Amino acid sequence: MTDILLSPDFLASAWPAIALTLQLAGVTTLLLLVMGAPLAWWLARTPSRWREPVGALVTLPLVLPPSVLGFYMLVLMGPHGPLGQFTQWLGWGTLSFTFTGLVIGSIVYSLPFAVQPLQAAFAEMGPRPMEVAMTLGARPLDAFFTVALPQARHALLTAAVLSFAHTLGEFGVVLMVGGNIPGQTRVLSTLIYGHVEAMEYAQAHLLAGGMVVFAFAVLMGLALIRQRSQRRAR
Amino acid sequence: MSTALHIDLLLQRPAFALQATLDLPAQGITVLWGASGSGKTSLLRCVAGLERGRGRVQVADTVWQDDATGTFTPLWQRRLGMVFQEASLFDHLSVRGNLHYGLQRLPHHEQAGAQQALQQAIEVLGIGQLLTRHPATLSGGERQRVAIARALAVQPHLLLLDEPLASLDSPRKREVLPWLEALRRHLQVPMLYVTHSAEEVAHLADTLVVLDQGQVRASGPVAQVLSSVDLPVHLGDDVGALVTGTVAGCDPAWGLCRLSLPGGELWVANTGESEGTPLRVRILARDVSITLERAQHTSIQNHLPCVVSQIAPPVGHQVLVRLDASGTHVLARLTARAADQLQLRVGMHVWAQIKAVSLVR
Repeated sequence: MTDILLSPDFLASAWPAIALTLQLAGVTTLLLLVMGAPLAWWLARTPSRWREPVGALVTLPLVLPPSVLGFYMLVLMGPHGPLGQFTQWLGWGTLSFTFTGLVIGSIVYSLPFAVQPLQAAFAEMGPRPMEVAMTLGARPLDAFFTVALPQARHALLTAAVLSFAHTLGEFGVVLMVGGNIPGQTRVLSTLIYGHVEAMEYAQAHLLAGGMVVFAFAVLMGLALIRQRSQRRAR
Repeated sequence: MSTALHIDLLLQRPAFALQATLDLPAQGITVLWGASGSGKTSLLRCVAGLERGRGRVQVADTVWQDDATGTFTPLWQRRLGMVFQEASLFDHLSVRGNLHYGLQRLPHHEQAGAQQALQQAIEVLGIGQLLTRHPATLSGGERQRVAIARALAVQPHLLLLDEPLASLDSPRKREVLPWLEALRRHLQVPMLYVTHSAEEVAHLADTLVVLDQGQVRASGPVAQVLSSVDLPVHLGDDVGALVTGTVAGCDPAWGLCRLSLPGGELWVANTGESEGTPLRVRILARDVSITLERAQHTSIQNHLPCVVSQIAPPVGHQVLVRLDASGTHVLARLTARAADQLQLRVGMHVWAQIKAVSLVR
């Protein structure tokens, strides 16, 4: 096994893929938290009749096959899609088969994993903490950042971990939107697929097994952090 | 009575309407009293600006809301403190962090003064040793005391309390009540206090507003309102007068003290108060009976010569009678049959026999 692990061929293909995967998951998670928190807040609070349709739309990536998502993302970003035409008009070319395109695809793909824990936490919190903060002189935005978000810190952590882990394992959207360009859009999941296609099971095992261990460690860590903070609160 | 708080509000909800016009005094505790659904909490939330009623709210010289001129100060710019039923402490901050949350948001030139106000609140509420603790480790009573101090730290012009004791069990309630009384004695902040508990009214109220189905049924000094005979019937067994007197001397052999009132004297339980101490006692209407002459051979110790000042129309088969003992007002609840047999009339001289007197403090 170690001879494969250390072989220049394997390393040359694996390291860029690992780095790109981590980069993609990191950027996606960060953007998802920034966009997901206000969206989750709106979903948890609004009396608007648009709440249910928007909520269903956010949940959609959870149930759709990733290839369906990827297909429409590709159409949207392609030279004839509305997003593609817009980016061309800006002089950026099309986003399909680029890292930016992958990030956009991943955001849509992992959106429910970021929004749902936050929405549940905001709903459970109720309006009271914000009301208290405002009676103490905090403006609504101030109260949101200094009271609502800190009170939802466990949900924030859960949302971050789930988004990150989910983005790591994405395959269908990546393949559709990004293709499999080494160094640009080739991530771990597509690399593993390539190894399996080439009957290189040993290499596939190394990468796939690594991902299983990593995902398990992340979820276990999250559970431990939660347990510790609950014990402290008691 | 100087008017500090002027409220004239109308709140229309699909199944509920609230209408209140009130002029309330600048000091002490004003209790908004009513059953659940009477609109007392809605009224408090409208005063705070948490809900938007129509009308006018003015605290001292500051107008918080006046729909006639389109004035509406947002909640976070109103100088008020609010305490909710659950303490709602911020669990990501320590007790000290909670206490400083509002203070940090005051303009710089007011922070020194607010520090002093907070220090005083910490002393009066006895929470000095809790500052480094985490809210989750506090008892219910301690949590509510911290919440009150947190509200006082912004030097509010008005302190609003929405059933602050309702989520506590009876022992915790009795633990927090004295702190609230201390607050009234030591601080100058006027308070608007919502409750459905007659006990809290007896302990805390200086001014009483009785709310029923979104309407103000009575408002005024607490002794006057409580001895009025036309309170809402649903108060039932809680109907009773609040009487203030001074301790005139104690008889340790019997474990009793004489309480001197404008209209006579009452024997009350000896709780070790020294002579001259003012005491508040509660006399429930169901514990008062009427005799036409002073009863001679009776186990009842307390008798007051009174004049019948008002007789309410019978409710069910019971009649509520207001008696005036030279300025001390008590209520008596009689059966309609008894009232008829005694041929009670307004202006009649009678004796009130008082079976039980409960000390408020």
